[in-house]
Amino acid sequence: MSEEIEKLFKEMAQSIIDGDSDISTELAQKSIEMGVPPLDAITKGFVIGVNYIGDQFGAGEAFLPELVMAGEAMKAAVAILEPELLKLGSARETMGKVILATVEGDIHEIGKTLVGTMLSASGFEVTDMGVDQPADKIIGKALEIDAQLIGLSALLTTTMVRQREIIEELDKENLRPRIQVMVGGAPITRDWATKIKADGTSEDAVGAVALAKQLVGKA
Amino acid sequence: MSHKKIKTISDPKLKLDILSKEDVQKIHEATLHIIENVGVRFPSKRALKIWEDAGAEVDHEKKIVKVKSYLIEDALKQAPPAYTLGARDPQQNLTLDGNHVHLGTDGCGVEIIDIHTGVKRTTELQDVRDIARVADATEEVAFHWVPVSAQDAPVEARGLHELKAVWENSTKHVQTESIYNVDEAKASMEMAILLAGGKEELRKRPVLSLMQCTAPPLGHDGGSLDAALIAAEHGVPTGFMTMTACMTTGPATMAGTLAVGNAEVIAATALLQLAYPGAPVFYAAAQTASDPRLGVYTGGGPEDFLFGAATNVLADFYNIPLSMGSFATGAKEPNWQAGLEGSLSTFMASVVMSDMLLGCGFLHGSRIWSYAEMMMDCEIFSIIEKMMHGIEVNAETLALDAVAAVGPGGHYLAQKHTRNHMREIFLPQFLDRRPYSKWEETGEDARDWAVNKARKILKEHQPDPLDERISKEFERIIKSVEK
Repeated sequence: MSEEIEKLFKEMAQSIIDGDSDISTELAQKSIEMGVPPLDAITKGFVIGVNYIGDQFGAGEAFLPELVMAGEAMKAAVAILEPELLKLGSARETMGKVILATVEGDIHEIGKTLVGTMLSASGFEVTDMGVDQPADKIIGKALEIDAQLIGLSALLTTTMVRQREIIEELDKENLRPRIQVMVGGAPITRDWATKIKADGTSEDAVGAVALAKQLVGKA
Repeated sequence: MSHKKIKTISDPKLKLDILSKEDVQKIHEATLHIIENVGVRFPSKRALKIWEDAGAEVDHEKKIVKVKSYLIEDALKQAPPAYTLGARDPQQNLTLDGNHVHLGTDGCGVEIIDIHTGVKRTTELQDVRDIARVADATEEVAFHWVPVSAQDAPVEARGLHELKAVWENSTKHVQTESIYNVDEAKASMEMAILLAGGKEELRKRPVLSLMQCTAPPLGHDGGSLDAALIAAEHGVPTGFMTMTACMTTGPATMAGTLAVGNAEVIAATALLQLAYPGAPVFYAAAQTASDPRLGVYTGGGPEDFLFGAATNVLADFYNIPLSMGSFATGAKEPNWQAGLEGSLSTFMASVVMSDMLLGCGFLHGSRIWSYAEMMMDCEIFSIIEKMMHGIEVNAETLALDAVAAVGPGGHYLAQKHTRNHMREIFLPQFLDRRPYSKWEETGEDARDWAVNKARKILKEHQPDPLDERISKEFERIIKSVEK
């Protein structure tokens, strides 16, 4: 590996650690111009930064905004590199495909958005459908993209029952365990998750990533 | 782990009006009335002679002194309004100027929750060393009291063994409440002169200060008075602490208790100024109420919290620094009561800018030392320090650019503004904000983390060593006092 490319990889990792989407985008573009294989740019460059900030966060050294900014910088870089990967026919192997949605009647989404950022930074392919999503739409989308995981968010005790409805619907259609369901949100407890037969729950975004990895067998 | 930096409260934005000017004037006049008409007991030949020479009315038999107002008021005017407490490490000197609140350890306990076994036992000299070392490592503790009694050291020189133990294990200022007789006072001055590097150096940089308890109501201890006079002679800051309690050693009413305690403190302070005009002095107090059912010392309660705020108004009126009792909960273990009493007492004493706070580490009304309590008290102090800065309002803190960038919906987590300011948000060590499941799994809480932190400090922290020759000299001085 030339010194120049080695330097580029280091800068890529640093741009993620700094949570700087402008620089990470710029470096992704530069790597294409330099003819660096896009997969290398991701795995030897940007991912090193994601892992570093993830470890720092786990150790209580990094703060949540740093983790989110790193995730966004990563997403921005991958958005540049993804088309190049497709051109080469060497699509990046992802951890799995995840659908995220806030259930029908509920418009709260900051927690779900964070989970999405963390999952995509960790190598999942995330489709975030947004808020107020009815069961049929969520299941339809999951089938359309062949998702392995659905993450359902609810903040209200009046809307958390929708999580159960979606799980029941999936079971009726015999779609589990092909599609597994993670539930989350402020009122969601482990007891609730067990009661509605969800495949798991987590109280925070970092825990959600660990859960998702475990569910797709890549923990 | 080692912090040379000391966290003190300064430039406060919060304010509390607890006593009006008229209120203070009334308390002052009541105090002068008490001193002139009821009198204060001064059971020390030397003190009585000073009063007599100054023109006070002295009853040698009862050892009660009655003093005209002007004598007290004139004497108090000699006291310096601001000065510096010296530390073995001059970087850690503490300014007493009305714009700083410094936290000390509390004293002087007789039992300790052993840091290794968790079992309560009698305190020893080694505990004085260990606590000093832990306090040396924290940034919240600015100065030491002798935290616990070295009950395995000979009685006649115990206060000196304790001083040596603290100085050998910390570079911070030491204020002892455990030197209260002539022999030990003289020896402690010798030790302080050695440490400061000379008599004049000690005046400039007093590495020691003395706190003497009054004997309420309206009395003093003879040994304490003599020790205080020796300290004043050496320019070593000295304070008298009243611990008057509503209903037992003071009137049931708070104003009356303030006046009685005030009479004890300002009469003794005036005595020091008559003997050594300009000697650095401070006001010290930890008034309380007695429990109406049991008659016992409370260690906390609304009266204590109000006294905590009111006393600095009095100290300011006399224009001398204050050392104020805070923390020192009556609770038997670090629990709801401990958190409540520690927080409110320290907040009330801090919001009025008491110069020194006594202090962290105790349970059961200053009797039982707990390292966990010490660490958690430090966190309470840190929280209050943060609160005292108030809320800064300007273009940068109003963050209109970030607000526009995020818009309705979305979040602020990915904003540059967030990254620039997120470290201003208080980061607790012991507040449990983990997911419920984490708490459930580990079964640990603040008390476990706090004691673990103290254990880690004890294992790892090595304070700057004291010059061995000075230690040897300390030993010689202490031997000369031992029988």
